[in-house]
Amino acid sequence: MKSYLPPEYIVERDEDKCIRCKVCVNQCTYETHSYDAEDDVIRSKDENCVNCQRCVTFCPTHAITIRENPTAYRENANMTSDVIKDIKKQAETGGIILTGMGCDRPLLTYWDRLLVNASQVTNPSIDPLREPMEIRTYLGMKPDALEMEYTNGDIELKTQLTPQLTLEVPIMFSAMSYGAISLNVHESLARAATKAGTYFNTGEGGLDPSLYKYGEHTIVQVASGRFGVHSKYLHAGAAVEIKIGQGAKPGIGGHLPGEKVTAEISRTRMIPLGTDALSPAPQHDIYSIEDLRQLIYALKEATNYEKPISVKIAAVHNAAAIASGIVRAGADIVAIDGVRGSTGAAPKIIRDNVGIPIELALASVDQRLRDEGIRNRASIVAAGGFRSSGDVLKAIALGADAVYIATAALVAIGCTVCQKCYTGKCPWGIATPDPWIGKRVNPDIASERLTNLLRGWSHEIKEMMGGMGVNSIESLRGNRLHLRGVGLTDTELRILGVKMAGD
Amino acid sequence: MAVQQTKTAGISQKFLANVTQEKGVWKVNAENMPYKELNALLRELDSLGAEQVALSNVYGQRYLGTDLKTKLKIDIYGTPGNDLASFMDGPSIEVHGNAQDCTGNTMNSGQVVIHGRAGDITGYAMRGGKVFIRDDVGYRVGIHMKEYMDNKPIMVVGGTAEDFLGEYMAGGILAVLGLTLKKGEQHRARYVGTGMHAGIIYVRGEIGNLGKEVKKVDVDEKDLVVIKGLVKEYCGYFGKDFDSVMKGKFFKIVPYSHRPYGRVYAY
Repeated sequence: MKSYLPPEYIVERDEDKCIRCKVCVNQCTYETHSYDAEDDVIRSKDENCVNCQRCVTFCPTHAITIRENPTAYRENANMTSDVIKDIKKQAETGGIILTGMGCDRPLLTYWDRLLVNASQVTNPSIDPLREPMEIRTYLGMKPDALEMEYTNGDIELKTQLTPQLTLEVPIMFSAMSYGAISLNVHESLARAATKAGTYFNTGEGGLDPSLYKYGEHTIVQVASGRFGVHSKYLHAGAAVEIKIGQGAKPGIGGHLPGEKVTAEISRTRMIPLGTDALSPAPQHDIYSIEDLRQLIYALKEATNYEKPISVKIAAVHNAAAIASGIVRAGADIVAIDGVRGSTGAAPKIIRDNVGIPIELALASVDQRLRDEGIRNRASIVAAGGFRSSGDVLKAIALGADAVYIATAALVAIGCTVCQKCYTGKCPWGIATPDPWIGKRVNPDIASERLTNLLRGWSHEIKEMMGGMGVNSIESLRGNRLHLRGVGLTDTELRILGVKMAGD
Repeated sequence: MAVQQTKTAGISQKFLANVTQEKGVWKVNAENMPYKELNALLRELDSLGAEQVALSNVYGQRYLGTDLKTKLKIDIYGTPGNDLASFMDGPSIEVHGNAQDCTGNTMNSGQVVIHGRAGDITGYAMRGGKVFIRDDVGYRVGIHMKEYMDNKPIMVVGGTAEDFLGEYMAGGILAVLGLTLKKGEQHRARYVGTGMHAGIIYVRGEIGNLGKEVKKVDVDEKDLVVIKGLVKEYCGYFGKDFDSVMKGKFFKIVPYSHRPYGRVYAY
């Protein structure tokens, strides 16, 4: 069938600048560029281009420009170009439209409507360059009360504490599975987490044994497919996360297509080569909060109560009530992933239409747990589209103990958010199961870029805290008086639990 | 008294009242022991190098057999609770009674033999080891069993199963012998093998309602070798007559494709 879809992008090459070095030809995994030896010219197939900017970045003479195809359909606020193209694509294939990364619709990003306070005159601000700033965070269940014994001036803690994760910076790397991303990216995240004193999350595709040595900074995930889950894997991590849902695709399962199940990935996931790796939508042993409790304690027993257990859900309408159930079921950490959360592959219709913004879910979950007097029984980790340290700081003021970042981490190591992760051909070597393409990520460099990002963000968090007159992140946590809203309705302000700016 | 102490050396004080040792078998009276304590005791016995443990008066304690490092042999008298042998890696469990739900959840290796029936989701995501059940099982049994090279889970159900048997199965062998069915009675399970994309389900007796991703085919010589081996093992555990079991008609359920949902998406 002839495709009616126009090329999305146009590749322009400045012939005066092009030195025929063929870097673009070699770098493009979509075979956009080819060298014509007869005419000594490089030609490009526009229809293959995904605008990942790999060739643009690596062209030594800056000869390439990628432009959006200007032969757009007639402007229409409802039947936009994207809508028309999607309909045509489905008419040609009869399939579900896949996409990658997070929702790109202009859904309200409440972080942009929240502003942070600063000290002026009274309660003077603190200079983080000269004075200590405490941003260390402990994740896990906190006891209702601490019992202590004083003997000869020494204080001894009598209360038995449950296992905690120690974060030197309240930012962790969110779940991304080996298979969706390359082994080199997993290694980069593991090494960066180790260096920065935080954690990376394996996602649901298991953990390559070569990365077990970073286990003290690893959260191992258990999802419905139970890929690569066995006793050694559970013991390898510092914490275990039960994945119920994901912000990019709440309520549906995952699906790593058979062509991505290479020899290495079949080994780590422990499934036959080339079969579809199907993660069913529900975990078949969890149909209720009681069942969830059973799995939480199955994992606590399987790890001898040595590791905190996290439960990750997508931010949905009843998130507050569900989170309450999760905490009562015995989870040490509740992770909530908002509608802007990313993915390696999801149906576009679900990514863009299902779930709620993390800001609202976070505020309502924190409030609900406080109202019920159980907020201390679990830590809250917020996820889903964190773009900067400003977002992180606001999330902590709204009630998060820490946040998960994934898109930002990938952008740090090269990702340009072209949204083609599901093809497995990521020219940046990130979202690919192909070890040959994966070599484009050098873990030495990528882990340095990641630690740099975390260092930058922690400096910024300290700067903002100092400006607020706060020297410990504990004083900021859930302290919504440090936030004010702009351009929000009364209902939005009520759910967020913040006052209007000026009030 | 002194003899008693040496025989239970290394066991925590709080467990001493529940434990005795006779002829190399550690006997545990599990009455009134919450599962957390019972499992802690099993870990102690495991780390002390115990080879055989007999648990009596087991009344629904969960997670028995998890997080043990050796090939401990555990006999359970009574009714173990949910998640028996979950994430189990090595031990061998014999249940003299019925098991409840989720036996062998994500089990890696080892063996479970149940002299009775087992509940729902038995063998969920099992990736190795063997589970033998004398009688029937509940719903969603063998869901997402999967194999990788030498890791191949095997489950034999002597009786019949309920709906969603072998759903999303990604490897291993699941055999249902139908010995509890009356003459002329069919297996009742519906949606058998829905989403299945690897592995084999052997069924003795008639079964009607299959998922659309699987087909029913006759067994060949190679299958019969496997089936005979499994039936022989089953009959050995439960004292059944091999020849009369083999007289029944066997067939197998296999997936059409390793990629059942390969054409659902538009790229």
